[in-house]
Amino acid sequence: MSKLRQTPSQTVGPFFAYALTPEQYGYDFASIAGGVLAEGDVPGERIRIEGRVLDGKGDVVPDAMIEIWQADGQGRYAHPADPRGSNIAFKGFGRVGTGTDPESRFIFDTIKPGPVDGQQAPHINVIVFMRGLLLHAYTRIYFSDEAEANARDPVLASVPAERRRTLIAIRDEKSDGAIYRLDIHMQGPSETVFFDV
Amino acid sequence: MTESYAPRDWSSQPPYLHPDYKSTVLRAPTRKLIPIRQSLSEVTGPVYGHDRLGALDADLTRNAVKGAEPIGERIVVTGRVLDEDGRPQPNMLIEIWQANAAGRYVHVVDQHPAPLDPNFLGGGRCVTDSEGRYKFYTIKPGAYPWGNHHNAWRPAHIHFSLFGPSLSTRLVTQMYFPGDPLLPFDPIYMGTPADCRELLISRFMLELTEPSFALGYEFDFVLRGRRQTPIE
Ligand SMILES: [Fe+2]
Repeated sequence: MSKLRQTPSQTVGPFFAYALTPEQYGYDFASIAGGVLAEGDVPGERIRIEGRVLDGKGDVVPDAMIEIWQADGQGRYAHPADPRGSNIAFKGFGRVGTGTDPESRFIFDTIKPGPVDGQQAPHINVIVFMRGLLLHAYTRIYFSDEAEANARDPVLASVPAERRRTLIAIRDEKSDGAIYRLDIHMQGPSETVFFDV
Repeated sequence: MTESYAPRDWSSQPPYLHPDYKSTVLRAPTRKLIPIRQSLSEVTGPVYGHDRLGALDADLTRNAVKGAEPIGERIVVTGRVLDEDGRPQPNMLIEIWQANAAGRYVHVVDQHPAPLDPNFLGGGRCVTDSEGRYKFYTIKPGAYPWGNHHNAWRPAHIHFSLFGPSLSTRLVTQMYFPGDPLLPFDPIYMGTPADCRELLISRFMLELTEPSFALGYEFDFVLRGRRQTPIE
Protein backbone atom coordinates (compact mmCIF):
# COMPACT_ATOMS: atom_id res chain seq x y z
CA MET A 1 0.00 0.00 0.00
CA SER A 2 1.34 3.41 -0.90
CA LYS A 3 2.06 5.62 2.03
CA LEU A 4 0.57 9.03 2.58
CA ARG A 5 3.08 11.90 2.59
CA GLN A 6 3.95 13.26 6.01
CA THR A 7 2.52 16.73 6.61
CA PRO A 8 5.25 19.34 6.19
CA SER A 9 6.29 21.30 9.26
CA GLN A 10 6.04 25.10 9.38
CA THR A 11 7.54 27.52 11.86
CA VAL A 12 5.83 28.15 15.21
CA GLY A 13 6.29 31.86 14.39
CA PRO A 14 6.52 34.71 16.90
CA PHE A 15 2.90 34.74 18.12
CA PHE A 16 2.34 31.36 19.77
CA ALA A 17 2.19 32.53 23.38
CA TYR A 18 -1.51 33.29 23.89
CA ALA A 19 -2.41 29.74 22.82
CA LEU A 20 0.57 27.55 23.76
CA THR A 21 1.97 29.28 26.87
CA PRO A 22 -0.90 31.62 27.81
CA GLU A 23 -0.65 31.60 31.60
CA GLN A 24 3.09 32.30 31.56
CA TYR A 25 2.50 35.36 29.37
CA GLY A 26 -0.59 36.58 31.21
CA TYR A 27 -3.29 35.77 28.65
CA ASP A 28 -6.77 34.79 29.75
CA PHE A 29 -6.64 31.17 28.56
CA ALA A 30 -5.69 28.02 30.49
CA SER A 31 -2.29 26.46 29.81
CA ILE A 32 -1.98 22.70 29.39
CA ALA A 33 1.61 22.85 30.65
CA GLY A 34 4.17 25.32 31.96
CA GLY A 35 7.55 25.55 33.61
CA VAL A 36 6.64 23.75 36.82
CA LEU A 37 6.61 19.98 36.37
CA ALA A 38 6.87 18.87 39.97
CA GLU A 39 4.37 20.05 42.53
CA GLY A 40 3.33 18.70 45.90
CA ASP A 41 5.14 15.64 47.10
CA VAL A 42 6.29 14.05 43.84
CA PRO A 43 9.17 11.76 44.80
CA GLY A 44 12.61 12.64 43.47
CA GLU A 45 15.30 15.27 43.75
CA ARG A 46 13.96 18.77 43.07
CA ILE A 47 16.02 20.58 40.47
CA ARG A 48 15.79 23.68 38.35
CA ILE A 49 16.88 23.70 34.71
CA GLU A 50 17.66 27.01 33.12
CA GLY A 51 19.33 28.35 30.04
CA ARG A 52 19.13 30.68 27.10
CA VAL A 53 18.76 30.18 23.39
CA LEU A 54 21.38 31.96 21.26
CA ASP A 55 21.41 32.64 17.54
CA GLY A 56 24.33 32.60 15.11
CA LYS A 57 25.42 36.09 16.17
CA GLY A 58 25.37 35.13 19.83
CA ASP A 59 22.24 37.20 20.44
CA VAL A 60 19.74 35.84 22.93
CA VAL A 61 16.51 34.62 21.33
CA PRO A 62 13.51 36.08 23.21
CA ASP A 63 10.79 34.36 21.17
CA ALA A 64 11.69 30.68 21.35
CA MET A 65 9.50 27.98 22.86
CA ILE A 66 11.14 25.07 24.66
CA GLU A 67 9.40 21.80 25.46
CA ILE A 68 10.82 19.12 27.71
CA TRP A 69 9.75 15.52 28.12
CA GLN A 70 11.24 13.40 30.85
CA ALA A 71 10.93 10.32 32.99
CA ASP A 72 10.08 10.47 36.69
CA GLY A 73 12.61 10.05 39.51
CA GLN A 74 12.58 6.31 38.95
CA GLY A 75 13.11 6.56 35.20
CA ARG A 76 9.50 5.84 34.19
CA TYR A 77 7.54 7.72 31.52
CA ALA A 78 3.88 8.64 31.95
CA HIS A 79 2.91 7.03 28.65
CA PRO A 80 1.25 3.74 27.67
CA ALA A 81 4.41 2.56 25.87
CA ASP A 82 6.16 2.45 29.24
CA PRO A 83 4.60 -0.60 30.92
CA ARG A 84 5.91 0.44 34.33
CA GLY A 85 3.67 3.53 34.56
CA SER A 86 4.90 6.56 36.46
CA ASN A 87 4.17 8.58 39.55
CA ILE A 88 0.54 9.63 39.17
CA ALA A 89 1.33 13.23 40.05
CA PHE A 90 4.19 13.56 37.58
CA LYS A 91 3.32 14.08 33.92
CA GLY A 92 6.86 14.72 32.71
CA PHE A 93 6.03 17.46 30.20
CA GLY A 94 6.99 21.13 30.40
CA ARG A 95 6.65 24.03 27.99
CA VAL A 96 7.85 27.61 28.30
CA GLY A 97 8.54 30.56 26.07
CA THR A 98 11.70 32.64 26.46
CA GLY A 99 9.74 35.91 26.28
CA THR A 100 8.90 36.62 29.93
CA ASP A 101 12.18 36.24 31.85
CA PRO A 102 14.28 39.46 32.01
CA GLU A 103 17.26 37.48 30.70
CA SER A 104 15.14 35.56 28.17
CA ARG A 105 15.86 32.29 29.92
CA PHE A 106 13.77 29.13 29.86
CA ILE A 107 13.28 27.88 33.42
CA PHE A 108 11.87 24.53 34.48
CA ASP A 109 11.26 23.39 38.03
CA THR A 110 11.21 19.64 37.99
CA ILE A 111 12.74 16.53 39.45
CA LYS A 112 15.88 14.83 38.27
CA PRO A 113 14.87 11.91 36.05
CA GLY A 114 16.09 8.44 36.87
CA PRO A 115 17.76 6.24 34.25
CA VAL A 116 15.08 5.02 31.82
CA ASP A 117 16.70 1.74 30.89
CA GLY A 118 19.84 -0.23 31.55
CA GLN A 119 21.90 1.73 29.05
CA GLN A 120 21.10 5.42 28.96
CA ALA A 121 22.25 8.00 31.47
CA PRO A 122 19.58 10.20 33.07
CA HIS A 123 18.47 12.79 30.53
CA ILE A 124 15.71 15.16 29.53
CA ASN A 125 14.38 15.26 25.98
CA VAL A 126 14.11 18.76 24.54
CA ILE A 127 12.30 20.23 21.55
CA VAL A 128 13.21 23.72 20.34
CA PHE A 129 10.77 25.88 18.38
CA MET A 130 11.09 29.47 17.20
CA ARG A 131 10.44 31.95 14.47
CA GLY A 132 13.01 31.11 11.81
CA LEU A 133 12.93 27.37 12.47
CA LEU A 134 10.76 25.81 9.79
CA LEU A 135 11.05 22.47 11.56
CA HIS A 136 11.48 21.99 15.30
CA ALA A 137 14.86 20.74 16.55
CA TYR A 138 15.40 17.90 19.03
CA THR A 139 18.17 17.85 21.58
CA ARG A 140 18.79 16.38 25.04
CA ILE A 141 19.96 17.59 28.43
CA TYR A 142 22.33 15.38 30.42
CA PHE A 143 23.69 16.12 33.90
CA SER A 144 27.26 17.07 34.82
CA ASP A 145 27.21 15.06 38.05
CA GLU A 146 26.48 11.81 36.17
CA ALA A 147 29.92 11.49 34.59
CA GLU A 148 30.06 7.74 34.99
CA ALA A 149 26.61 7.11 33.48
CA ASN A 150 27.28 9.69 30.76
CA ALA A 151 30.45 7.86 29.79
CA ARG A 152 28.40 4.71 29.12
CA ASP A 153 25.47 6.43 27.37
CA PRO A 154 24.98 5.17 23.79
CA VAL A 155 23.53 8.45 22.51
CA LEU A 156 26.39 10.53 23.90
CA ALA A 157 28.79 7.96 22.47
CA SER A 158 27.33 8.61 19.01
CA VAL A 159 28.20 12.30 19.34
CA PRO A 160 31.75 13.46 18.46
CA ALA A 161 33.61 13.82 21.76
CA GLU A 162 34.28 17.53 21.35
CA ARG A 163 30.56 18.29 20.94
CA ARG A 164 29.24 16.31 23.93
CA ARG A 165 29.59 19.27 26.26
CA THR A 166 26.76 21.00 24.34
CA LEU A 167 24.40 18.43 25.86
CA ILE A 168 25.58 18.43 29.47
CA ALA A 169 24.02 20.86 31.94
CA ILE A 170 26.32 22.10 34.67
CA ARG A 171 25.16 21.54 38.23
CA ASP A 172 25.22 24.50 40.59
CA GLU A 173 24.55 23.61 44.23
CA LYS A 174 22.12 26.02 45.94
CA SER A 175 20.73 25.94 49.45
CA ASP A 176 17.19 25.25 48.19
CA GLY A 177 18.12 22.70 45.51
CA ALA A 178 20.42 22.29 42.55
CA ILE A 179 20.26 24.41 39.43
CA TYR A 180 21.46 22.94 36.16
CA ARG A 181 22.41 25.41 33.46
CA LEU A 182 22.75 24.82 29.75
CA ASP A 183 22.46 27.26 26.85
CA ILE A 184 21.19 26.17 23.47
CA HIS A 185 23.33 27.49 20.63
CA MET A 186 21.64 27.31 17.24
CA GLN A 187 24.93 27.94 15.41
CA GLY A 188 28.57 28.80 16.01
CA PRO A 189 31.54 26.98 17.54
CA SER A 190 29.38 25.76 20.43
CA GLU A 191 26.46 24.75 18.22
CA THR A 192 24.22 22.43 20.20
CA VAL A 193 23.96 18.86 18.99
CA PHE A 194 20.54 18.34 17.42
CA PHE A 195 19.22 14.86 16.71
CA ASP A 196 17.31 13.19 13.92
CA VAL A 197 14.83 11.51 16.23
CA MET B 1 8.94 -4.80 23.51
CA THR B 2 7.54 -1.61 21.99
CA GLU B 3 7.06 -0.49 18.42
CA SER B 4 9.10 2.39 17.10
CA TYR B 5 8.24 5.10 14.57
CA ALA B 6 9.06 5.33 10.89
CA PRO B 7 11.75 7.88 10.06
CA ARG B 8 10.94 11.46 9.21
CA ASP B 9 10.43 11.79 5.46
CA TRP B 10 12.89 14.59 4.84
CA SER B 11 11.69 14.93 1.25
CA SER B 12 8.38 16.29 2.53
CA GLN B 13 9.88 18.76 5.00
CA PRO B 14 11.29 22.27 4.57
CA PRO B 15 15.04 22.66 5.12
CA TYR B 16 16.27 24.42 8.24
CA LEU B 17 18.10 27.00 6.14
CA HIS B 18 15.86 28.76 3.63
CA PRO B 19 17.46 32.19 3.06
CA ASP B 20 14.33 33.71 1.46
CA TYR B 21 12.89 33.42 4.96
CA LYS B 22 15.44 35.70 6.58
CA SER B 23 15.09 34.55 10.19
CA THR B 24 16.39 31.12 9.21
CA VAL B 25 19.84 32.50 8.44
CA LEU B 26 20.96 32.95 12.04
CA ARG B 27 18.69 30.34 13.58
CA ALA B 28 19.00 27.24 11.40
CA PRO B 29 21.28 24.54 12.77
CA THR B 30 24.29 24.27 10.45
CA ARG B 31 25.66 20.87 11.46
CA LYS B 32 24.23 17.60 10.30
CA LEU B 33 21.65 16.14 12.66
CA ILE B 34 22.91 13.12 14.55
CA PRO B 35 20.63 10.11 14.13
CA ILE B 36 19.22 8.70 17.33
CA ARG B 37 18.23 5.10 17.75
CA GLN B 38 14.72 5.24 19.17
CA SER B 39 14.48 4.30 22.82
CA LEU B 40 11.72 4.64 25.38
CA SER B 41 12.54 8.36 25.39
CA GLU B 42 11.48 8.79 21.76
CA VAL B 43 8.51 6.39 21.55
CA THR B 44 6.79 7.93 24.55
CA GLY B 45 5.49 11.48 24.71
CA PRO B 46 3.05 13.78 26.47
CA VAL B 47 -0.52 12.51 26.67
CA TYR B 48 -3.35 15.01 26.95
CA GLY B 49 -6.96 13.94 26.77
CA HIS B 50 -10.45 15.36 27.01
CA ASP B 51 -10.00 16.02 30.72
CA ARG B 52 -7.76 18.99 29.92
CA LEU B 53 -10.24 20.74 27.66
CA GLY B 54 -12.54 23.61 28.52
CA ALA B 55 -16.11 23.40 27.18
CA LEU B 56 -15.55 26.09 24.52
CA ASP B 57 -11.90 25.39 23.69
CA ALA B 58 -12.73 24.17 20.18
CA ASP B 59 -15.04 27.07 19.38
CA LEU B 60 -13.01 30.24 18.83
CA THR B 61 -16.17 32.12 17.88
CA ARG B 62 -17.34 31.77 21.49
CA ASN B 63 -14.34 31.05 23.73
CA ALA B 64 -13.39 34.70 24.28
CA VAL B 65 -16.61 36.63 23.81
CA LYS B 66 -17.09 39.67 26.02
CA GLY B 67 -20.74 40.29 25.26
CA ALA B 68 -20.74 40.29 21.45
CA GLU B 69 -19.73 37.97 18.65
CA PRO B 70 -16.33 38.29 16.99
CA ILE B 71 -16.24 40.10 13.66
CA GLY B 72 -15.52 38.17 10.49
CA GLU B 73 -16.47 35.20 8.38
CA ARG B 74 -17.34 32.13 10.50
CA ILE B 75 -15.69 28.94 9.31
CA VAL B 76 -15.60 25.26 10.29
CA VAL B 77 -12.20 23.60 10.08
CA THR B 78 -12.35 19.85 10.35
CA GLY B 79 -10.50 16.74 9.23
CA ARG B 80 -8.62 13.74 10.48
CA VAL B 81 -5.27 12.96 12.02
CA LEU B 82 -3.80 9.91 10.29
CA ASP B 83 -0.45 8.24 10.22
CA GLU B 84 1.31 7.64 6.93
CA ASP B 85 -0.25 4.18 6.69
CA GLY B 86 -3.69 5.78 6.81
CA ARG B 87 -4.40 4.73 10.39
CA PRO B 88 -6.60 7.20 12.31
CA GLN B 89 -4.99 8.70 15.40
CA PRO B 90 -7.62 8.92 18.15
CA ASN B 91 -7.41 10.95 21.39
CA MET B 92 -4.75 13.34 20.08
CA LEU B 93 -4.52 16.88 21.34
CA ILE B 94 -4.58 19.60 18.67
CA GLU B 95 -3.83 23.21 19.57
CA ILE B 96 -4.42 26.14 17.21
CA TRP B 97 -3.73 29.85 17.09
CA GLN B 98 -4.38 32.51 14.49
CA ALA B 99 -4.87 36.18 13.69
CA ASN B 100 -8.32 37.74 13.76
CA ALA B 101 -10.33 38.68 10.66
CA ALA B 102 -8.30 41.89 10.31
CA GLY B 103 -4.97 40.07 10.37
CA ARG B 104 -4.07 41.07 13.92
CA TYR B 105 -2.78 38.73 16.62
CA VAL B 106 -3.65 39.21 20.28
CA HIS B 107 0.06 38.74 21.07
CA VAL B 108 1.47 41.92 22.61
CA VAL B 109 4.44 42.08 20.26
CA ASP B 110 2.22 42.16 17.16
CA GLN B 111 2.58 45.78 16.02
CA HIS B 112 0.42 45.56 12.90
CA PRO B 113 -1.93 48.58 13.12
CA ALA B 114 -5.08 46.58 12.40
CA PRO B 115 -7.85 46.45 15.00
CA LEU B 116 -7.97 43.93 17.80
CA ASP B 117 -11.32 42.25 18.28
CA PRO B 118 -12.37 42.36 21.94
CA ASN B 119 -14.45 39.22 21.41
CA PHE B 120 -11.77 37.10 19.79
CA LEU B 121 -8.65 35.50 21.26
CA GLY B 122 -7.60 33.27 18.39
CA GLY B 123 -6.45 30.32 20.49
CA GLY B 124 -8.15 26.94 20.81
CA ARG B 125 -7.70 23.23 21.23
CA CYS B 126 -9.49 19.94 20.89
CA VAL B 127 -8.86 16.20 21.06
CA THR B 128 -9.49 13.85 18.13
CA ASP B 129 -12.37 11.38 18.40
CA SER B 130 -12.17 7.59 18.00
CA GLU B 131 -11.82 7.98 14.21
CA GLY B 132 -9.10 10.62 14.48
CA ARG B 133 -11.50 13.46 13.64
CA TYR B 134 -11.27 16.99 14.96
CA LYS B 135 -13.43 20.06 14.45
CA PHE B 136 -12.95 23.74 15.19
CA TYR B 137 -15.29 26.68 14.74
CA THR B 138 -13.44 29.92 14.18
CA ILE B 139 -13.24 33.15 12.19
CA LYS B 140 -11.36 33.19 8.92
CA PRO B 141 -8.03 34.87 9.68
CA GLY B 142 -6.87 37.87 7.67
CA ALA B 143 -3.56 38.28 5.85
CA TYR B 144 -0.98 40.35 7.70
CA PRO B 145 2.22 42.20 6.80
CA TRP B 146 5.62 41.24 8.21
CA GLY B 147 9.14 42.53 7.98
CA ASN B 148 10.83 39.79 5.97
CA HIS B 149 11.18 41.94 2.83
CA HIS B 150 9.56 44.97 1.23
CA ASN B 151 5.76 44.59 1.10
CA ALA B 152 5.82 41.11 2.61
CA TRP B 153 2.41 39.69 3.57
CA ARG B 154 1.64 36.34 5.13
CA PRO B 155 -1.21 34.50 3.40
CA ALA B 156 -4.16 33.77 5.67
CA HIS B 157 -3.27 30.78 7.84
CA ILE B 158 -4.04 28.92 11.03
CA HIS B 159 -1.18 27.57 13.16
CA PHE B 160 -1.54 23.97 14.37
CA SER B 161 0.35 22.01 17.02
CA LEU B 162 0.01 18.23 17.44
CA PHE B 163 1.89 15.80 19.64
CA GLY B 164 0.77 12.59 18.01
CA PRO B 165 1.41 9.37 19.91
CA SER B 166 5.08 10.01 20.73
CA LEU B 167 7.84 12.58 20.98
CA SER B 168 8.99 11.63 17.49
CA THR B 169 5.62 12.42 15.88
CA ARG B 170 5.51 16.02 17.14
CA LEU B 171 4.21 18.37 14.43
CA VAL B 172 3.83 22.14 14.33
CA THR B 173 2.54 23.48 11.04
CA GLN B 174 0.30 26.03 9.34
CA MET B 175 -2.86 25.50 7.32
CA TYR B 176 -3.58 27.79 4.37
CA PHE B 177 -6.70 28.51 2.32
CA PRO B 178 -7.34 27.50 -1.30
CA GLY B 179 -6.75 30.11 -3.98
CA ASP B 180 -4.89 32.56 -1.77
CA PRO B 181 -2.99 34.88 -4.15
CA LEU B 182 -0.29 35.50 -1.52
CA LEU B 183 0.91 31.89 -1.39
CA PRO B 184 3.54 32.06 -4.17
CA PHE B 185 5.06 35.16 -2.52
CA ASP B 186 5.34 33.66 0.96
CA PRO B 187 8.81 32.27 1.76
CA ILE B 188 7.50 30.22 4.68
CA TYR B 189 4.98 28.36 2.54
CA MET B 190 7.43 28.24 -0.41
CA GLY B 191 10.11 26.77 1.85
CA THR B 192 8.22 23.48 1.63
CA PRO B 193 9.28 21.11 -1.19
CA ALA B 194 7.18 21.93 -4.29
CA ASP B 195 5.48 18.55 -4.48
CA CYS B 196 4.30 18.80 -0.86
CA ARG B 197 3.04 22.38 -0.69
CA GLU B 198 -0.53 21.48 -1.49
CA LEU B 199 -0.55 19.29 1.62
CA LEU B 200 -0.68 22.56 3.56
CA ILE B 201 -3.77 23.90 1.79
CA SER B 202 -7.23 23.16 3.14
CA ARG B 203 -10.07 22.21 0.83
CA PHE B 204 -13.32 24.15 0.69
CA MET B 205 -16.19 21.65 1.10
CA LEU B 206 -19.82 22.52 0.53
CA GLU B 207 -20.72 19.30 2.36
CA LEU B 208 -19.03 20.62 5.48
CA THR B 209 -20.49 24.08 5.12
CA GLU B 210 -23.24 24.74 7.64
CA PRO B 211 -26.25 26.45 6.03
CA SER B 212 -26.69 30.07 7.05
CA PHE B 213 -23.83 29.71 9.53
CA ALA B 214 -20.26 28.88 8.43
CA LEU B 215 -18.14 27.87 5.44
CA GLY B 216 -16.53 24.44 5.71
CA TYR B 217 -12.84 23.66 5.17
CA GLU B 218 -11.26 20.23 5.41
CA PHE B 219 -7.67 19.62 6.42
CA ASP B 220 -6.02 16.30 7.28
CA PHE B 221 -2.75 15.71 9.09
CA VAL B 222 -0.38 12.85 8.34
CA LEU B 223 2.05 11.83 11.07
CA ARG B 224 4.91 9.37 10.95
CA GLY B 225 3.81 5.73 10.94
CA ARG B 226 4.80 2.86 13.18
CA ARG B 227 7.29 0.26 12.20
CA GLN B 228 7.94 -3.23 13.35
CA THR B 229 11.54 -2.91 14.48
CA PRO B 230 11.33 -3.04 18.24
CA ILE B 231 13.15 -0.45 20.28
CA GLU B 232 16.33 -1.31 22.14
FE1 LIG C 1 1.03 33.44 11.81
